[in-house]
Amino acid sequence: MIKGLDLTINSGETHVIMGPNGAGKSTLANVIMGHPDYHMKTGSIEFETEEISEMATDERARKGIFMSFQTPEEVDGITVSDFLKTSKTAVSAQRVPLLAFRKELADKMKLLKFDPAYARRYLNVGFSGGEKKKNEILQMLVLDPKLAILDETDSGLDVDAVKIVTEGVGHFKNDHNSLLIISHSTKLLDEMHVDYVHVLVAGKIVCTGGRELIDRINRSGFSEFAPDAKS
Amino acid sequence: MERVKTQIEDIERSIYDIKDTGHRSYQVEKGLTEEIVREISEGKNEPRWMLDLRLASLETFRRLAMPDWGPSLDELDMDQIVTYVRPDAKMSDDWKTLPDDIRGTFDRLGISKAEQEALSGVGAQYDSEVVYHSVKKYLERQGVIYTDMDTAVQEYEEVVKQHFMKLLPPGDHKFMALHGAVWSGGSFVYVPAGVEVDMPLQSYFRLNAPGAGQFEHTLIICEPGSKVHFIEGCSAPRYNVLNLHAGGVELYVREGASLRYSTIENWSKNMLNLNSKRAKVEKNGTIEWVSGTFGSHITMLYPTSILSGEGARSEYTGVSFAGEGQFLDTGTKVVHAAPRTSSTISSKSISKNGGNATYRSAVVINPNAADSKCSVVCESLMMDNQSRSDTVPVMDVRNDTVDIGHEAKIGRISEESIFYLMSRGLSEEEAKALIVRGFVEPVTKELPMEYAVEMNRLVGLELEGTIG
Repeated sequence: MIKGLDLTINSGETHVIMGPNGAGKSTLANVIMGHPDYHMKTGSIEFETEEISEMATDERARKGIFMSFQTPEEVDGITVSDFLKTSKTAVSAQRVPLLAFRKELADKMKLLKFDPAYARRYLNVGFSGGEKKKNEILQMLVLDPKLAILDETDSGLDVDAVKIVTEGVGHFKNDHNSLLIISHSTKLLDEMHVDYVHVLVAGKIVCTGGRELIDRINRSGFSEFAPDAKS
Repeated sequence: MERVKTQIEDIERSIYDIKDTGHRSYQVEKGLTEEIVREISEGKNEPRWMLDLRLASLETFRRLAMPDWGPSLDELDMDQIVTYVRPDAKMSDDWKTLPDDIRGTFDRLGISKAEQEALSGVGAQYDSEVVYHSVKKYLERQGVIYTDMDTAVQEYEEVVKQHFMKLLPPGDHKFMALHGAVWSGGSFVYVPAGVEVDMPLQSYFRLNAPGAGQFEHTLIICEPGSKVHFIEGCSAPRYNVLNLHAGGVELYVREGASLRYSTIENWSKNMLNLNSKRAKVEKNGTIEWVSGTFGSHITMLYPTSILSGEGARSEYTGVSFAGEGQFLDTGTKVVHAAPRTSSTISSKSISKNGGNATYRSAVVINPNAADSKCSVVCESLMMDNQSRSDTVPVMDVRNDTVDIGHEAKIGRISEESIFYLMSRGLSEEEAKALIVRGFVEPVTKELPMEYAVEMNRLVGLELEGTIG
C-alpha cells in the first residue's frame, strides 16, 4: 500500500528508495510498471509530461520505462536472443536488422561476462539466481530505456549479484537517462553514484537526502524513520 | 483502473475457408446402403476381393455400437452423410491440367511451392479422389512407389491385398468398419530395402463438398533398412452441416527401417475427425509420429504403434489446440510385444474459450517384452477458466523388468509471465502468443522448416481486446 507518495525524477538522476520490509517498495515499482494486480485509487504518474497511469504495461515499456525483476519469470520454448529481438523491435517501434542485433547482443553479453551460449537458451529456464540477474541487466542494456527501475528488494542479494548490477548500471547510466533503485540493503550502493536517497516507511516517503542517508541507515537501521518514532 | 482483458479468438483460417463450387462430376446419395458401397466399388473397377471386403465391413459397421467413451458423437447422423464425391478432374502429374480453382486451392495451401522446394513427392486429394500425384524421377528409378491408393489396388494388387486393413481390421471399432466399406483415395508408398528417401513425401487431403465424408486410406511399406518421412495435411472450408473424416493409415516398418509420419490437421469446425492410424514395427525399426491437431469440431485420434520385433522403437510427439466448440480427444497407444522395445510419448495440449483438450493414452507391455522402456510426458495449458483439459493415461504392464516413467502437468497461462513479457514492450496478445508458441516449440522443432512456419502461423493467435 502506498499513500501520499510524491516523487520527481529528472533525467540524468539516480534515485534510491530504501525502507524496511513491507514499506511498499515493490508496490511502488509494480505500480509504475502497471502490474494488473495493483490498483491506483487516486493520484497520477507522469512520464515526460504525459499521464501514464491508465496505460497498459507494454505501452509504458514502449515509452521508455524498464523494470528489472527480483524474480524474473521462466518462459519455455523462446530463446533469450529471439525474445530480446522481439522486445527490441517492440520498444524501438522499428525493424531491428538481425545481424546488427546479433552483434549488439554479443557485445553486451561480453561486457557483462555472460556466456554467449545463454543467448540460445530458453528465457531464464534453469538459470541460477545470478544468471537471471545478468539476463535482466542484459535486457536493460539492449533495450536502453529512459527510466530503469531496479527492483532489488530481495535482501538475499549475494556478492556476485551486487557486482553484476553495479557493473551493469555503470554501462547503462548516462546524463540522459534515469535510474530508480529500490533496495533493502546498502551493499548495492557502495560503488554507485547516487543523487537522492528516499526513505519509504508505511507507504510514505518520510525522509529525503543524499548519500549521507545511507550511512545513517547503516548505523541505526530504519527504526528512527518510523512515523511514530521519537528521535 | 479497469483492466483490459483479452479474448483469444479462433485461429486465423481465411485461406482454408475459400470454397470452390461445382466441381462434383458425380456423387452418391446421402446415407449408407449396400447399393452405395457397390456403386463406389464398381466406379473404381475394383477386384472382387475388395468389393467383398467392403461389403463385409458394411455388415460389421451395422453390427457394432458407437463408442461409449470419449466425446459424444450423438450429432452424427449417417443418413445425412454423402460418402463419395468424385471431383470432375482426372488424376494427373501436372498441376496445369487441373481445373483452375482446384489448382488454386492447392496453390493457396502452399502445396505446389513446397513440392518444388522441399518434397520428394506430392499427392493431393480433393473430396473422394486423388487429383494429383507425382514423385521425383530418381526415386522412381530406385524402386520407390508413391501413388494413389486406387491405382495401387489395380497395379500392385497382390501387395495391397496382403496388407490392406490387416493392421486395421474392420471389427476393431465402428469407424474402422465404416472406413472399410466406403474408403476412397489416399496414398500408397513402397520404399525398397536400403533406400533412404532424402526429402519428405506429402499427401494433402482437402474436403470441399458440404455434408460429405472423406475416407482416404494410406498404406506405407518400408522394407528393411529403408528410411522415409511422410507428411499428411488436411483441411476443409467451413459449412453449417457436419462433415465426417474417417481415414485409415497402415504403416509397415520392417527390420531396421525408419519412418516418420507427420500430420498437420486443420479441419474446419463442422468436422468429425475419427481417424485410425497404426504402425507395426519389426526388429530395430523406428516409427516416429508427429501430430498437430488444430481443427475439427470433434477429434478422436490415437496413432498406435505395435512394437513387434526386438529393439523396435516408437516416438510420439503431439500437440492439440482446442478452441470454442471443439473437443479434441487425442493421444496414442503403444503395444510393447517384444523384448528391449522402447517408446517415448510427449504431448502438449492447449485449450481456450471453452474448448476441451483431452489427452488419452494406453501403454501395454506384454509378458514377453523384457527390458523394455517407456516414458510419458503430457502437459496441458489452459488459457482461461472456461476451458477444460483432461489427462487419461492408462498403463498395462505385464513384465517386471521394464523401466517406465510418467509425468503429467496441467496448468493455466501465468499472469506473471504475461506481465513480465509486457514490461518488455510486448502487447498482451504478443505475450500470450509467445508463451503458447514456446509451449509447443518441442513439437515445431520436429517439423521441417516450412511446416514449422505453418504450425507457428496456426498458433499465431488472433486476439482482440475487450473491456471486461
